[in-house]
Amino acid sequence: MAEKMTGAEMVIQALADQGVEHIFGYPGGAALPIYDAMFQQEQVKHILVRHEQGATHMAEGYARSTGKPGVVLVTSGPGATNAVTGLTDALMDSIPLVCITAQVPTSLIGTDGFQECDTVGITRSCTKHNYLVKDIKDLPRVLHEAFHIATTGRPGPVVVDIPKDIQFALGDYYKPEIETLRHASYRPQVDGDLKAIEAAVDLMLRAERPVFYTGGGVINAGPEASENLRELAELTGFPVTSTLMGLGAFPASNSQWLGMLGMHGTYEANWAMHDCDVMINIGARFDDRITGRIDAFSPNSRKIHVDIDPSSINKIIRVDIPIVGDCNRVLEEMIRVWRSRTNQPRTEAIAPWWKQIEKWRSVGSLNFKNSETTIKPQWAIQRLYEATRNQSKDVFITTEVGQHQMWAAQHFHFDKPNRWMTSGGLGTMGYGLPAAVGVQVAHPDALVIDIAGEASVQMTMQEMSTAVQYRLPIKIFILNNERMGMVRQWQDLLHGSRYAHSYSESLPDFVKLAEAYGGKGIRCENPAELDAAIAEMLDYDGPVLFDVIVEKDENCLPMIPSGKPHNEIILPDTANLGSIIDEKGRALV
Amino acid sequence: MNAHMQPTGSAYFLTQETQQTERHTLSVLVDNEPGILARVVGLFSARGYNIESLTVSETEHGRRLSRITVVVVATPKVLVQIKLQLERLVPVHRVHDLTAEGNYVERELALIKVKGTGEHRAETLRLADAFRAHIVDATVESFVFEVTGKPDKIDSFIALMGPLGLVEVVRTGLAAIGRGPEGM
Repeated sequence: MAEKMTGAEMVIQALADQGVEHIFGYPGGAALPIYDAMFQQEQVKHILVRHEQGATHMAEGYARSTGKPGVVLVTSGPGATNAVTGLTDALMDSIPLVCITAQVPTSLIGTDGFQECDTVGITRSCTKHNYLVKDIKDLPRVLHEAFHIATTGRPGPVVVDIPKDIQFALGDYYKPEIETLRHASYRPQVDGDLKAIEAAVDLMLRAERPVFYTGGGVINAGPEASENLRELAELTGFPVTSTLMGLGAFPASNSQWLGMLGMHGTYEANWAMHDCDVMINIGARFDDRITGRIDAFSPNSRKIHVDIDPSSINKIIRVDIPIVGDCNRVLEEMIRVWRSRTNQPRTEAIAPWWKQIEKWRSVGSLNFKNSETTIKPQWAIQRLYEATRNQSKDVFITTEVGQHQMWAAQHFHFDKPNRWMTSGGLGTMGYGLPAAVGVQVAHPDALVIDIAGEASVQMTMQEMSTAVQYRLPIKIFILNNERMGMVRQWQDLLHGSRYAHSYSESLPDFVKLAEAYGGKGIRCENPAELDAAIAEMLDYDGPVLFDVIVEKDENCLPMIPSGKPHNEIILPDTANLGSIIDEKGRALV
Repeated sequence: MNAHMQPTGSAYFLTQETQQTERHTLSVLVDNEPGILARVVGLFSARGYNIESLTVSETEHGRRLSRITVVVVATPKVLVQIKLQLERLVPVHRVHDLTAEGNYVERELALIKVKGTGEHRAETLRLADAFRAHIVDATVESFVFEVTGKPDKIDSFIALMGPLGLVEVVRTGLAAIGRGPEGM
């Protein structure tokens, strides 16, 4: 049923028809008609951000914690360019976003008009798809198509650029059926090839040293995928490790869990990857943080790779059995086929393998030397984790990027999917605070904590103001070492400990800063007082900036350094980091 | 399994390719919508693939479909990636690696301006006849020839015209299509 309305009204109507409850945005000249249309309705609630990058990360946190698409609304020119970092972040981490950007009127496009930029040109390489709508007739289809593309297949960000005259133009609004959407060219493959799945299960049935290597794809495939992963792991008895993006898909409390793998993964996870004979990759993409040196990556294994994106297959690591499809559907089929072959896990056949894994585990690669005088960052996270376990609330964790992020991944444990929001692929400092805002908007009664560093958090600090405005009681847990800790660690590793610009001078007083924003500030530097201070933070009903003064020069270990394979992982007792990396490794990031 | 790969000392660059590069002709069926060419070209530059030749035009007006013929030089592993990355683009319907599939014809058209008088002019005309080049413009001291064929035939013709007074050349880039009754 077509209905006459303006382009701006169509935007709001389409959002409502898509079931969107919250959008994150910032107004500006070109976006005013849409803002006016929004003002006159109550279905879609708008969260006013302080910077458009914040809007995109909020939408990411919202999307990652709910499984629904995050929606962003920004104005033309600087509004759109400020959104680019978050769009790129969402593309790298496969987060479904729909970002509506306003544009100057069509008659001004190409004239270097005020607040004009080539939004579709700029965002072409950082979106899954983008549109410039130059005819009101196209608008309803494009809006709905944008949601379809953002949320199906490998999810990602989609930009819809709408010139101001199109927002004013009158046209017929309709909600198209998905089948009638124009893009006959867009048909993601969701069902895995049955022959390949059978071959994979047969390989798994012969495995003696198997390992599940799971990733963000399991999270993106929905909570059922995590359930099915647990079931398959139980059926097979195989050990499970996961990438940073996949944490929570498999419960950390399960005895088959090896911890995270990769550059700062556990000793047992990385050794299991290196020595396995069958690797089952489910929804991960052999990222360079995982593989380390690729010519020495898991040299003796047969590899199964499940991915919804065909271009991920054989991109970096050659695999033996590729399966293109949705992780959940493939996991379901694997379970079915496994059950048709046997009712027994391979407990006996893989007993020696588990024995070996226990040996690696006993190394205790996440151990650290605690202190009674200074707060160790790892210990702070452990204490935070323990404190949150007693909470009746659902707990969601976001992070910024750096050492604190890796320590959070190592020492905070997740038993459910969608509880862990972090910037994996792009590594965006400043992600965590706005992401926490987005998560709290979606889950008003949950406990949402941004585990942060004092450097990262200042990149999007201003969103504290958003949290205060909307009474979002996010907790920002700053591990303050007055260093860009990971940069400093790399300078120790690679650059003779010459700390070029990796320390934070003139840091703000975070307690006063919190108070200036209208939130609560807490500082703690005495290990004996930490638990009480954490309790105070958790008890406060409002946003808190918690400044934890931690050990300044702690290194994040274990670590697989540049140019090294998994079996050359550095353990925490290594004395001199500076002698580990050779000349060639220095060129790497 | 990865034993054929050479060590690079690098964890973060793709393993040095030991395979030889090959020249392949891809045929790409796309929706003819604004920005599609930029999407394709942007993909090549962003991922560091080399384009040798690129030809694009709308081929089915009613369905607003365009065919892009692109010639790339890459190792077999990268060629597979190029095809898959192109297919990832939302407006791309299909990608055929014509070289890998074998049976296809390819043609290119060139316009070639040659200046000369006397014996050179007569020799130019004899060669043009041998290459079945058509004269599309003539003055008393110049010709513009239209020549079609495989790129190497055009290369040869251009090389021969060099000493005879070659002024300038434009080429359309390659158009290619599979042989036999089947369409793409």
